[in-house]
Amino acid sequence: MEKLIEKYYRPRLPHIWCPGCGNGIVTSSIIKAIDKLGLDQDKTVIVSGIGCSSRASGYLNFDTVHSLHGRALPVATGIKLADPELNVIVITGDGDGTAIGGNHFIHTARRNINLTVILFNNNIYGMTGGQYSPLTPTDSKATTAPYGTLERAFDIAELAKAAGATYVARGTAFHANMLVDVIAKGISHDGFSLIEAVTQCPIYFGRQNKKGDASTMLKTQRDHAVTVEAAKKLSPEQLEGKFKIGVLHQSEAPEYTKQYQGIIDRAQKGAK
Amino acid sequence: MAKVLLLQGNQACAEGAIAAGVTFFAGYPITPSTEIAEIMAKRLPEVGGKFIQMEDEIAGIGAIVGASLTGKKVLTATSGPGFSLKQEFIGYATIAEVPIVIANVQRVGPSTGQPTAPAQGDMMQARWGTHGDHPVIALTPASVPECFTLTIKAYELSEKYRMPVLLMLDEIIGHMREKIEIPDYDTIEKPVRKGPRVGPSEFKAYEPDSDGVPPMADFGTGYRYHVTGLVHDETGFPNGSAAATEKLLKRLHDKVERDIDKITMYEEYKLDDAEIAIVTYGGTARSAYAAIDMAREEGIKVGMFRLISVWPFPEKEIAQLAEKVKVIVVPELNYGQMVGEVKKAAEGKVPVKPMSKYDSEPISPKELLAFVKNL
Repeated sequence: MEKLIEKYYRPRLPHIWCPGCGNGIVTSSIIKAIDKLGLDQDKTVIVSGIGCSSRASGYLNFDTVHSLHGRALPVATGIKLADPELNVIVITGDGDGTAIGGNHFIHTARRNINLTVILFNNNIYGMTGGQYSPLTPTDSKATTAPYGTLERAFDIAELAKAAGATYVARGTAFHANMLVDVIAKGISHDGFSLIEAVTQCPIYFGRQNKKGDASTMLKTQRDHAVTVEAAKKLSPEQLEGKFKIGVLHQSEAPEYTKQYQGIIDRAQKGAK
Repeated sequence: MAKVLLLQGNQACAEGAIAAGVTFFAGYPITPSTEIAEIMAKRLPEVGGKFIQMEDEIAGIGAIVGASLTGKKVLTATSGPGFSLKQEFIGYATIAEVPIVIANVQRVGPSTGQPTAPAQGDMMQARWGTHGDHPVIALTPASVPECFTLTIKAYELSEKYRMPVLLMLDEIIGHMREKIEIPDYDTIEKPVRKGPRVGPSEFKAYEPDSDGVPPMADFGTGYRYHVTGLVHDETGFPNGSAAATEKLLKRLHDKVERDIDKITMYEEYKLDDAEIAIVTYGGTARSAYAAIDMAREEGIKVGMFRLISVWPFPEKEIAQLAEKVKVIVVPELNYGQMVGEVKKAAEGKVPVKPMSKYDSEPISPKELLAFVKNL
């Protein structure tokens, strides 16, 4: 059997990520999900923004776009609407996807266009050296918050759901097999899918906030993540300080590009 | 079948896009360009195309960049504040060499300015609005029929040179109604994008032909290439070396500069024996025709050099003009923008007089005549 790395990665390794970074695990989870589903490699497009996670597009052997900071979703929307046969997967980060790209995020979710977004959440701007993002926990240290952050972090899964996303899931770099599973389900879902992938940044987030090395941060993911099923049996007190992983929300709604085909059919009938 | 219609400039622009084979529009409503979006929303599904109103101006141009990568001809339209917001993606489409067309129907600025009033104040933003060194192609129609033909031309240039082309209308031209004869769209030659001549295994996404332009593969056809706004080499992958940076920036400029004579478009009106040359463009040119006719009746030898392509600027032609006439007048609806380019090209051989108007009203033929008589 052809190795995944030979089939799906371009011969451009080593990557630029720091030692201990979780982005490689998340990227390989995307590849395993694509492989599991047997997607046509020639009909699958990966679009990213700007930031550490967004560099992943350049390593993967598909048609790939490394777009502008925050703008992966509009570019992906254009690709998907122009050619709905393509599978369009978006790779973004917490800063790219929820700060500068926040408006695009909520509106793309609202439209329920069939894109699968994997948001690598490392709680920090890594590429620029450790500034706080909308997903940095309150009272964290960052190079732009030397006295601690004041702002509250988004719960990006709740935000996506409220904005109209029809599939919302969360996984972690530690629970890599489960991450493959929730990404595969997201790709299979006919509508806007968001998968928040919690990943560790030991260099720019961990070091400033005394979170330990990469393996310690992975163990923290293990110890604080609770599966959706297990969470049902726990009280709010027991869930304090924990976060849920698994499929958090799934619903049915008309998919945008299919609805648009209906517009074309109506317009062409009217024109004739 | 050809038909004769009474259309607005914005309508003619939208119809020109349909005639050129555009099948994708994404945009955001903004005065005075909104009619282009409204018409595309109705017309595109009729021809099997797609229209989407995005959440903001940035998303509008982002979506057309994406759609263009799948091989579609694409359009967005905007004005003033929206044109400012689109600058980042104009730079992206320039370095990543993605063909797109942007119609900018100019209004008074800066900022919200005067949304319903005409201006020509974005001419320098068209040239330098996006950061960094980059080539630009920008066209300025001066009539409703020209909105139609120049829109088609914009696609020819955009596809040929793989870059953004700016259609710089102004509110006068965008909202003016005029007779236009529209040919049967089937008789119009659709601009064609140059595709790869080799298979995926030999394909280098940014390896140029001898014309400096790399063939472009459509997404989804098996070429699996990378598109980035980072400096890249002929493989399309990021390359941070000084050599790759210089090579890419030089090629992006060269592919346009080597063809400047083919790209340059202008009209000469009663210029043969002229002692005074009016150099202008767009809506202001309309008043210049009338002012010249009135001046000629009074025996004043004045003519017009009308810029149709404003960028790249026709330096050579203006330099020749400066050899022929005694004075050049540059009327424009701004504080003085293209006049600087005219001065640069004239190299002091002849006085170059700005006639700037920035009070939200067009320059009337009488005003221009009076200016010419007072020289």
